[in-house]
Amino acid sequence: MPIQEKDIVWIEEPELSFWEQTFLPAVAGGLKVAMKHTLAQHSVTQQFPEERPDLPLNYRGVHRLNRDEQGRVRCVACMMCATACPAHCISIVAEDASKEWPDRDKRPLSFVLDELRCIFCGMCEEACPCDAIELTSIFDLTGQSRAQMTFDKEKLLSNYDQTKDNPRDPNRTHRGRLGCASELDRQPISATSAKPPEGPRAKKM
Amino acid sequence: MNLSLQILAATESNFVVRLFEFAISVLGWLGIPRVASAPLILILLVLGTMLGACSYAIWLERKLAAWIQDRVGPNRVGKFGLLQPIADGAKFLLKEDIIPAHVDKFLFVIAPTISVFTTMLALAVVPLGPTTPGDDFQFMIAPKLDIGIVFLFSVTSLAVYGIILGGWSSNNKYSALGGLRSSAQVVSYEIPLGMSVIGIALMAGSLNLETVVDAQARSGLFGWNIWFQPLAAGIFFLAALAESNRLPFDLPECEQELIGGYHTEYSALKFGMFFLGEYTHVFTVSFLCSVLFLGGWHFPFIAEPDSVGMLATVLKIGVLLTKVFCVIVLIMLLRWCLPRFRFDQLMGLCWKVLIPLSLGNMVCVMVVREFELSWLWLPVSSLVLFCTAGYLGFRPAPPRSRPVKHAETLIATHH
Repeated sequence: MPIQEKDIVWIEEPELSFWEQTFLPAVAGGLKVAMKHTLAQHSVTQQFPEERPDLPLNYRGVHRLNRDEQGRVRCVACMMCATACPAHCISIVAEDASKEWPDRDKRPLSFVLDELRCIFCGMCEEACPCDAIELTSIFDLTGQSRAQMTFDKEKLLSNYDQTKDNPRDPNRTHRGRLGCASELDRQPISATSAKPPEGPRAKKM
Repeated sequence: MNLSLQILAATESNFVVRLFEFAISVLGWLGIPRVASAPLILILLVLGTMLGACSYAIWLERKLAAWIQDRVGPNRVGKFGLLQPIADGAKFLLKEDIIPAHVDKFLFVIAPTISVFTTMLALAVVPLGPTTPGDDFQFMIAPKLDIGIVFLFSVTSLAVYGIILGGWSSNNKYSALGGLRSSAQVVSYEIPLGMSVIGIALMAGSLNLETVVDAQARSGLFGWNIWFQPLAAGIFFLAALAESNRLPFDLPECEQELIGGYHTEYSALKFGMFFLGEYTHVFTVSFLCSVLFLGGWHFPFIAEPDSVGMLATVLKIGVLLTKVFCVIVLIMLLRWCLPRFRFDQLMGLCWKVLIPLSLGNMVCVMVVREFELSWLWLPVSSLVLFCTAGYLGFRPAPPRSRPVKHAETLIATHH
């Protein structure tokens, strides 16, 4: 079908008035906005190490390996997480556990998670049949070498010990009840309020 | 009369001058003759002050940038981040100084020194305090230079060699592009810069910067050149911004497209020297704006030409530095108000707007001086020129006819 004249809308660049053509109002307007912000009392940024960010409850940070009621690692070395992991960052060596722990056949002899390869997608958490691996709200993980960023079973269990009492990282497996991240449609997205915190921000000077 | 003799003949009551006397006698005791020691002291003083001022200008720039963006800015090193410049300087000194294998080593090393050296050299003829012709002591490293303005422009335009050589010797496409842009930009903007000042020189009847300031100071607040030459002041400011590679004219180094432009390959102290050169240039430009257009050290009731003595000297220096500070803050504010020009816009602004305008302005000043008309014609002519330029740009283009056929051919060629 040929194009009709009425189908065409020609878009022209806006015509500048005499004053706009001299650029002076634009420069003056820019300076005005800049001055307004310069003279504003408070900043909009967080002073990070002192002020901590209010992360949403479904934030996916560093992993932890959960413990059960007796303090044993929950993991049964089923390899579901390692299979689900798109980044192939989990490597598990299983050992026979049926002698000491009669409730399961296997447990991890070693559980190594390379945090540098991890893309923090949460697939391991989804895949785990016994809610052993979970992502926490710890976001500021650092290390001085690649080896330090390869977390083993002890490190991941210590992450659990560090975060289990944190209200932001509830143990999501209390007798089948899921944690707060599963209730996002009923809860505000952020732990304290739906709006960003309105507390006094840092003074600029 | 050279500087040492001037200091010798200076008024005894002036504390600043007596301090100089003392320093000269100390140097004399060390075996340095008077002829050499007096300029030496001033040079050391100016260099030291300028290095400190530059590093704190960087602090100010970072703070201002942060405030404009509603941030806090440097606040970790010292109260209000006031020790940040020292930390930055230490960082520049201690960082690894990388000279890539593929660069032209000699030019690579010499480029930043050219950049710093030429901008520092320009400071020699800039009045840094009260300068009244006839006074025995003047706050200039090289006073009574009758070609002051010419010397200044010839030396500051040399700074572009630092940039071009740095860009070329880096043997890197980004750097080379930065150097190329810089050469085109500086060569173009040199013209309106010079021509806007010719009007000032015509009005003062001299190229000597002391005389220019004196002429303004003696005719009071409304004798400042900015009232008679508002257009030239604007052109000078814009061209000087372009000369010192500040936003919105920082095409030689624009981070978004050229990484760092000419200083992409530079690290540690060599990068610091480029930075220092740029900020010294900003200082020189601000001093020039204040001296040429804003009356230099003169301010009614505070710093008048006939006030003498210690307090007057200090006040005059204070007034001049306040003006310079205001210009620097304006330059820094403009950085966050205006987007960078595209290269063709940059060239268009210079060749199609600034050069014709400054030429017209120069002709107006010539006519006024030749026929001895009232100087009040000058602001009028500036306004007329400015409005003409605005009108020429504003004139609506004739409506373009766009038949459907055009669209059809467009689509046909597209497929």
